[in-house]
Amino acid sequence: MAGAAVLRRLTWVVATVEEVVEETPRVRTIVLDVPDWTGHRAGQHLDVRLTAEDGYRAEREYSIASAPGEPVAITVERLEDGEVSPYLTQELRVGDGIELRGPVGGYFVWDGEDAAPLLLVAGGSGVVPLRSMVRHHQRSGSATRVRLLYSSRTLDDVIYRMELDETGERVEVVYTLTRDHPAGWRGYARRVDPDLLAEVAWPVDDGARAFVCGPTSFVEAVAMSLVELGYAPARVKTERFGATGGR
Amino acid sequence: MSFISRGFKGRRRDPGDPGRVPPGQYVTDDFPVLSAGPTPHTPLDEWTFSIVEGDERTTWTWDELRALPSETVNVDIHCVTRWSKLDTTWEGVSVDTLLEEAGAEAPYVLAFCDGGYTTNLPTEDVTGGKAWVAFGYDGEPLDPEHGGPARLLVPHLYFWKSAKWVRGLALREDDEPGFWETYGYHLYGDPWREQRYSGD
Amino acid sequence: MEALDGNAIGGLLLEVFGAEMTTATGTCAGCGATAQVAGLVVYLEAPGTVVRCRSCDNTLIVIVDVRGRKCVDLQGLSRLEPAIH
Repeated sequence: MAGAAVLRRLTWVVATVEEVVEETPRVRTIVLDVPDWTGHRAGQHLDVRLTAEDGYRAEREYSIASAPGEPVAITVERLEDGEVSPYLTQELRVGDGIELRGPVGGYFVWDGEDAAPLLLVAGGSGVVPLRSMVRHHQRSGSATRVRLLYSSRTLDDVIYRMELDETGERVEVVYTLTRDHPAGWRGYARRVDPDLLAEVAWPVDDGARAFVCGPTSFVEAVAMSLVELGYAPARVKTERFGATGGR
Repeated sequence: MSFISRGFKGRRRDPGDPGRVPPGQYVTDDFPVLSAGPTPHTPLDEWTFSIVEGDERTTWTWDELRALPSETVNVDIHCVTRWSKLDTTWEGVSVDTLLEEAGAEAPYVLAFCDGGYTTNLPTEDVTGGKAWVAFGYDGEPLDPEHGGPARLLVPHLYFWKSAKWVRGLALREDDEPGFWETYGYHLYGDPWREQRYSGD
Repeated sequence: MEALDGNAIGGLLLEVFGAEMTTATGTCAGCGATAQVAGLVVYLEAPGTVVRCRSCDNTLIVIVDVRGRKCVDLQGLSRLEPAIH
C-alpha cells in the first residue's frame, strides 16, 4: 500500500554495518543490513543520524553507492574538520548499529528506462550516486551508451578505480586530475572547463541526459557549460554537495 | 529510549562555567558561519547606514560612519544553535551615538539589512552601551561571511539579533517581528532565560 | 558554506509532507519563476532551513525545528505542485 511504503521510508531505523571497504586512505564504503529494506533507485541517498550518549545529535546525507538490488552501501569521504565523517570512516565497525532513513530522492535518479545516451559528470565525492547508476547499468545489461567524466585531485583520490577501469565497452570513463598526475599520464590534467566538456560530452543531437554531481561551484559551472553547448536544461540534472564534498 | 551510536562523541562540547555561559550552550573556539542567504557585497562607496523614523531619515556614508567615535569591546556571544564564543573583540560605533545624532526615540527598532534580513529589538536593548554597529572583528575589518562591512552587535541577546550586513534601524511604535521571529523564534531572545522559540 | 539545492532537503520534506517532494514544482510568489524543488537554492547552516528562488533570491520556504517539531512556512511560494507519479 502506497501510504505504508512512504511511512516506512520516513521512519528512522537502525541498520547494522555488515562490511567496510577502505576505498582510498580517506574514503570508506560501508555496506549495511537495513531491516525491511524495500529497495532503492540509482541516485537516491540516505539520511544518517548519530546520537552521542548525552543526546547530542548530528545528521548528514550520503548517496547510496550500490545499485538497486545490491546490498545498501554508502561511501563516505573523511573531511578534515568533519564531525560525522571521521566517526564513520574510522570509529564505526562491523556489527555496529547506525540510524538511517530513506531512500530519499526522486529527481536525481536514473532507472534506465530511456534509451538516450547518458553523460555522468562527477566532481570528487560526487561520483558516488553516479557509480550507483553505472552499477545499475551493468547489472541490468542496459544497451544505453554511458560516458562518465570524473574529476579528482590526484589519481590516489579516485574512488572505485579498479571497478571503473573494468566497465567494458558501453561505459566509457574519462578521468581528469586537477592537482597532480603521475609521470606518463596521458589523460586530462586540468579542471573541467567548457573545452574539455565539449570534447567529452555526447553531441547535442544525440539527445543525451546528463547528471552532474559534486561541489556547488563545480556543478554550476558544468551545468552552465552543458546548456551553452546546447543541452536542454531539462536534460541536465544536478545534485550539489557542500564545498568540502559532504552535506 | 533512542538509539545511541557507539563511540560517537561529536565536536568537543564544553558547557563552560554556568556563571558565564547561558543554559544549553557549549563553548566553541571556532566562529561558525550561519547564513540564510547569499553573502551580499555592497561596495563601500555605495554603502550607507540610516536611522529611519516615520518620514525622517538620518543617513551616514561609510566614511561618515567611520569618522564617528568608535570603541573596541570584548564580549561573549551566544548563538541560538547552541554555540557560545567567549572573549570576542569587536570595533564599532555605539548605537547610542547614532540614535542621539538622529534624535530618534520610538520604543522599538527593526534592523534592516542587505539581502532583506530583519530583526526586531526594544530600543532599550540597543541603547545604554548595549549595542554597536561593528565593522571590525579581532583586530581586522569584519569579513563579509561574518557580516562585513558592518553588522549590528547586541551580545546580551541571542546572536541572530546581531544582524549581519546591517544597513539601518527603523524606529517603530510596535515590536514588529523580523525574519527569524516570524518563523518561530522568540521576539526578545534572552539567552539567560533560554528564550529560543516563541512561547519560551 | 556554499548553498546546496533541494536534493539536500529531500529527507526533511519527506518527513514534513509525507511524500517525495524534490520533484514537486514550486512557483515563486515574488517573480513567478517555476522550478522543481530539487533545483531551488538551499541554506542549511542557519537557525532554520531556508529555500530561495534561483531567479530572484526570494525566500520560498523556511523550516524551523521548534522543540522537536518541524514548523514549515511556505508563504514565498504561490503554488507547490507534487509531480505526477
